[in-house]
Amino acid sequence: MLETLDALLLARLQFAFTIAFHIVFPAFTIGLASYLFVLNSLWLITKRHVYEELFDFWKTIFAVAFAMGVVSGIVMSYQFGTNWSVFSDKAGPVIGPLMGYEVLTAFFLEAGFLGVMLFGLKRVGPGLHLLATGMVAIGTLLSATWIIAANSWMQTPRGFGMNAVGQFVPLDWWAIIFTPSFPYRLVHMVLAAYLTTALVVGACGAWHLLRGTAPRRAATMFTMAMGMVAVVAPLQILAGDQHGLNTLEHQPAKVMAMEGHFESHPEGAPLILFGLPDQENKRVDYAISVPGLSSLILKHGWKEPLAGLDTIPDELEPPVAVVFWSFRVMVGLGTAMLLLGLWSAVAWWRGRLTTDRWLLRSAVAMGPAGFLAVLAGWITTEVGRQPYTVYGHLLTADSVSPIAAPAVATSLLAFVVVYFFVFGAGVFYLFRLMARLPAEPEDAALDKGPVRTAGITPGPAQGTPQGGTDGL
Amino acid sequence: MAFDLAFVWAFLIAFAVLAYVVMDGFDLGIGILFPFFRDKGERDIMMNTVAPVWDGNETWLVLGGGGLLAVFPLAYATVLPALYVPLIAMLLGLIFRGVAFEYRWRTKRWLPVWDWGFAVGSMVAAFSQGIALGALIEGIPIVDRAYAGGWWTWLTPFSVATGISLVIGYALLGATWLVMKTTGDLAARARDIAQPATYLTLVAMGVFSLWTPLIGPHYLGRWLSFPAVIFSLIVPLLVLVCVGAIVSGLNQHKDAQPFLAALGLFVLGFAGIGISFYPYIVPPTLTIAEAAAPHASLAFLLVGAVVLIPIILAYTGYAYWVFRGKVRPGEGYH
Ligand code: HDD
Ligand code: HEM
Ligand code: HEM
Repeated sequence: MLETLDALLLARLQFAFTIAFHIVFPAFTIGLASYLFVLNSLWLITKRHVYEELFDFWKTIFAVAFAMGVVSGIVMSYQFGTNWSVFSDKAGPVIGPLMGYEVLTAFFLEAGFLGVMLFGLKRVGPGLHLLATGMVAIGTLLSATWIIAANSWMQTPRGFGMNAVGQFVPLDWWAIIFTPSFPYRLVHMVLAAYLTTALVVGACGAWHLLRGTAPRRAATMFTMAMGMVAVVAPLQILAGDQHGLNTLEHQPAKVMAMEGHFESHPEGAPLILFGLPDQENKRVDYAISVPGLSSLILKHGWKEPLAGLDTIPDELEPPVAVVFWSFRVMVGLGTAMLLLGLWSAVAWWRGRLTTDRWLLRSAVAMGPAGFLAVLAGWITTEVGRQPYTVYGHLLTADSVSPIAAPAVATSLLAFVVVYFFVFGAGVFYLFRLMARLPAEPEDAALDKGPVRTAGITPGPAQGTPQGGTDGL
Repeated sequence: MAFDLAFVWAFLIAFAVLAYVVMDGFDLGIGILFPFFRDKGERDIMMNTVAPVWDGNETWLVLGGGGLLAVFPLAYATVLPALYVPLIAMLLGLIFRGVAFEYRWRTKRWLPVWDWGFAVGSMVAAFSQGIALGALIEGIPIVDRAYAGGWWTWLTPFSVATGISLVIGYALLGATWLVMKTTGDLAARARDIAQPATYLTLVAMGVFSLWTPLIGPHYLGRWLSFPAVIFSLIVPLLVLVCVGAIVSGLNQHKDAQPFLAALGLFVLGFAGIGISFYPYIVPPTLTIAEAAAPHASLAFLLVGAVVLIPIILAYTGYAYWVFRGKVRPGEGYH
């Protein structure tokens, strides 16, 4: 018994570790692929040189991040079988075809056109090259759609029956794909990816504006990015709010954990801003709370009753402290993004967007905020689903492979070492690529001239092709 | 009805695996051959011959794995735990070689690190895949819908032999690919490697063919029963034809012929393995019909596969077409 418990814990740690690394890359590449498509289009439409330069600059960064996303993703698609074989046997008939469609519609599309997008401009010409960029962007979005459908089915399963050997049998594919939480989760995730990318692009632009390198390019990307943040951050908060209401309906225990409500509140529940949840004694220590506000947000009335974890059997409660805190991290970062967006809008209105140094510094500081919010959001979602893998139907403890603990421990160790080494180096290269915005020619009149052919243009990516002249 | 679809799917999964083996095989082969080419310029060219297409090649592996989960979940759920160690090793190898495609161009001081990562990662991936094949042929114990062996059960002389064989075979694919895609000294050296690699592959295939029937009487029975027996007689002949085509192509400088003939060798070997397996998906414990997912899963994904696989093949072909022809020194994509 102890044996299996250990193997289970290790398998969970391994899954959490590998997927937390994986999601960081798609969160960036989904947004960046769309951004590249926008830059590519703007360049072809306006013929302004700066868009071509930015395209080349971010294209190289995309390629590195994409490679990391691909190799970490392949690990995921095999890990269901190696570590969660019982889950795979049982849920495979439902979740497998969704991932099968992800491969057929998304991964092949990305991979097939990536080569043309990165290396093919001279061979296929600008029109087909733009098409390739668009296909890559569409591929990343399709990928997100299918995998979120799979995950949402695990959160709010619908449209299935069970057969004699205990497998989930699909009955209605429409219901399986469009589960109640799917639209909310998809919108929230795609917006998260766009925000994450905008914050990274914005931080990069701000950093170069502060240093005075290539002011025209830096200003262009900073303006585009902050515009995106100003528009998307409020939308994201709205989407998150709606998502939460949906979760209250379908996974109430998760919301109780997020809110830290150990007790039911028949007279209206308080919103606990901060506090230390103590699951054993079923209370939140040092709580700072606003009476009635939780009921107002979730039920739209100060006095509306809200059930608490006392209505859930102890062994079916998710780990409260993790969910409680990760949720606050996400919401806190979301609020900070909203403020950054507002500040940028005001500064833009006053014509000081690219010169307000405190705004620029804040934008640099917020660069990693998207990644942290994405991770915090997923931890809320996934830990809040515990103790189930398929909510209400299959326990995590009953999903794991019959693999000995030492095997899982060894592979976990190997993943930790390799990931930190390989992705650590990759992140270092990303930083260095972002730091090297090539200085621009003094003559800004270039922009008004005709587009120069790609062969003659010393575009950024071609300017530093063989990479490091120094370092690592 | 569900019965029939299961066989359609067994064929499609086999097709995905074959597509993976022949496509990623040559780009893993490039990695395996890296140690034979020490010059940075040469390595740049070698990598550039596959840089635009490697990601698509590897996606067939994801289709094989993801497809197995969808249509043969029980096979996925028993084979993957049984091959735990080689599969994790393969994944780690693929990580190193996958990122090397980008990292190599981003650094000078750490160039050797990623060159080695590319070479060793490719070798480990190829070797692990061979081990996985060997272990699968030897059979996987299944009790109550679950893998019932230990975490080192896969390690046998036979699986190590198949591991080595696959490394050699991929090296042959890589070398003939280079003959086709490069010029000058680099192509000449690839030619020198391709020749012995062909003979080693031939030996490996021979050993493999004689050894497999010794593993289980079931394999021998299959090969001697009608109609497989016809195949057992023709295949060796076709193998020799392919070997002849490789060697003559190399000698007469018909640069595409050796690669195509080497692909032919792989297709023949693969067909042979397919015949050995049938009607099992995990011999000798799990048949195709037993492992199949419910009809609704098979049918739903089949619609997509029938429509999308031809489209995928079309744009994959287009990508290869865009980057056709020899890659010459200095004409890097990066
Ligand atoms: C940039 C990223 C980001 C930001 C700023 C926010 N979120 Fe979020 N959130 C995510 C990124 C994210 C995510 C990574 O995309 C998650 C994980 C799973 C999912 O569907 O979205 C998520 C999950 C998630 C859930 C869990 C739903 C469930 O699993 O049932 C809720 C209730 C919210 N979010 C609500 C919010 C609110 C009220 C926010 C307001 C500030 C907010 N999120 C900001
Ligand atoms: C919300 C969660 C996820 C999202 C949004 C997502 C999205 C993506 C995207 C956009 C890519 C393209 C490559 C890149 O840019 O990194 C990718 C790669 C990949 N992902 Fe994920 N993914 C998620 C989780 C998973 C999970 C759970 C699996 C495992 C089944 C998985 C399997 C893969 C695979 C196999 C690849 C590589 C595909 C290739 O060869 O191009 N992903 N993912
Ligand atoms: C991409 C972002 C994701 C992140 C950061 C994430 C994070 C996590 C974490 C932290 C856990 C551990 C929960 C615990 O043990 O308490 C977990 C478990 C798990 N998640 Fe996710 N997850 C993501 C997406 C997905 C998707 C898309 C799927 C399925 C398609 C998925 C399926 C699972 C499974 C099968 C487990 C293991 C069993 C379990 O512990 O519940 N996850 N994930």
